[in-house]
Amino acid sequence: MVSQSTIERPAGVADAKTGRTEPRIKLAVKDLSIRYGKVVALHGVNLEIHEHEIFGIIGPANAGKTSFLKAINRMDVFTPGMRVSGDIDFNGRDTRRLNNVYALRSRIGVVFPLPVGLPMTVYDNVALSPRLRGIKSKAELDVIVQRCLTRAALWDEVKDRLNALGSLLSGGQQQRLTIARALSQEPDLLMLDEFSIAVDPVTTMRIEDVLKELRQEVTIILVTNLVQQARRLADRTAFFLDSECVEIGVTEDLFTGEVKDQRTRDYVEGRFG
Amino acid sequence: MTTANTAMFQASRLNQRNEKVQVLYRILFGIMTLMLITPVLLILGTLVVKGGGVISWEFLFTPPTDGMRTGGVLPALIGTIWLVMTALLLSVPIGIFAAIYLSEYAGDNWFTRTINLAIINLAGVPSIVHALFGLGAFVLFFGFGTSILAASLTLAVMTMPVVIVATRESLQAVPQAFREACWNMGATRWQTIRRVVLPNSVTGILTGVILEVSRTAGETAPIMFTGAVFFTPFLPQSVFDQTMALSLHLFVAATQVPGIAEDVPYGIALVLIGLVLTMNSASIAFRMWLRGKKKW
Repeated sequence: MVSQSTIERPAGVADAKTGRTEPRIKLAVKDLSIRYGKVVALHGVNLEIHEHEIFGIIGPANAGKTSFLKAINRMDVFTPGMRVSGDIDFNGRDTRRLNNVYALRSRIGVVFPLPVGLPMTVYDNVALSPRLRGIKSKAELDVIVQRCLTRAALWDEVKDRLNALGSLLSGGQQQRLTIARALSQEPDLLMLDEFSIAVDPVTTMRIEDVLKELRQEVTIILVTNLVQQARRLADRTAFFLDSECVEIGVTEDLFTGEVKDQRTRDYVEGRFG
Repeated sequence: MTTANTAMFQASRLNQRNEKVQVLYRILFGIMTLMLITPVLLILGTLVVKGGGVISWEFLFTPPTDGMRTGGVLPALIGTIWLVMTALLLSVPIGIFAAIYLSEYAGDNWFTRTINLAIINLAGVPSIVHALFGLGAFVLFFGFGTSILAASLTLAVMTMPVVIVATRESLQAVPQAFREACWNMGATRWQTIRRVVLPNSVTGILTGVILEVSRTAGETAPIMFTGAVFFTPFLPQSVFDQTMALSLHLFVAATQVPGIAEDVPYGIALVLIGLVLTMNSASIAFRMWLRGKKKW
């Protein structure tokens, strides 16, 4: 029953996709455990995420997926009761011993399950992060806002109402606004937490296309409750279940190839419970 | 087909009962609302009918004469403005900053809970107790004497819970998701407060300030030992002067001056209420302007 999550480098396949022979390690997680008080949210996770890959995380509710993301960008500091142990190296730096968590977070874009359009204009939503970085010039901000909205496939829909409230856009638009806001951070790493929960299928497909293009520039962690979404997008995928990382592998292998744990195959094929 | 559809939309007995109950509750709530505004209308009506006659420019802008039986209310009017403004200046910044700390920074531990409990208790302390505290602390211990400063400090201590509670409530009405989105971008707590939380809670904070203005202007007990006097023909020149105040003047005119015309106390009360409404309407207008501007 005890599943051993080992650090595995998929031979050949991922390398062929990214066009690299030796993938650079973006994020190395060693023996990560997360507790809330006495409740264990995640236990003994070891994995590595390569530069410019889409790393999928699948698993049922309460498997520890969201907690995993929170540990990466050190949101545990702002979450009462959350205790994290283990190592998380980001770009070779140990984030657990980092004093400047703000700099870390500003390099990591996060997209939440429910879209969060901040109660300010569309323009201000996207300009917020650059402004936090100290960019004041209107011309510079204009360029950033247009570029990020365009890359998030939202520019055409909102270019005539940049001064409308971001929180009044439709759900699908707000989610793309959230992605534009994450991109305005010029992130090294983009973490999406079940982004399609409140989004219609057409918008979901548009966002998926956006993600495929973004792979050229950023590393992406895609937490999803849609197994097929992971299959469409992720180079490699981890399966979280009951606070443990059961399996890590090249995505296609989880569906058709060898799996270490039968529960993985049961889950991806929908025979679960 | 037709009969089935007709039957489907026929009101069942349960439907009829639900409808009756719903009408009853609507009437009940309506009556309660009427009971709420009736005293307000009665008070205002009485004041206008009985005291409206004495209101004139002369009444507003001359000091009392003939042992306060005739003349106007100028020193009391100016004194109340001094007291309210000084008290606001002291309590609003402290109250708002403390509320921001309690809501945004302080963790949920026994210390914070004790502070919150203390604030609620402070709001429950009778004003005469505040008056004695002000006398002991500000007049005597700090040596401010009976002065506007001592009276305003007493009023500030007394009304600060209103500001703190109103501010805290409106800060906590801002959805947590907004804060987390901002934190996730690398914003500090203060950046988040300044750019996301405060802009969306200003209107609620202003409500607290409005409530405080009303209370401060009307209080009598806390100022009668600490800075307000029975009678002075002089206008205050600084916060270290004593002053007349409308609330105390009303009390004096209504109970301590034999032979005063009956409509004068009503007139004083009308001036006091008019002053409060004038001060409030400024912040209400500001609040409406802010509300029209944005909301999630």
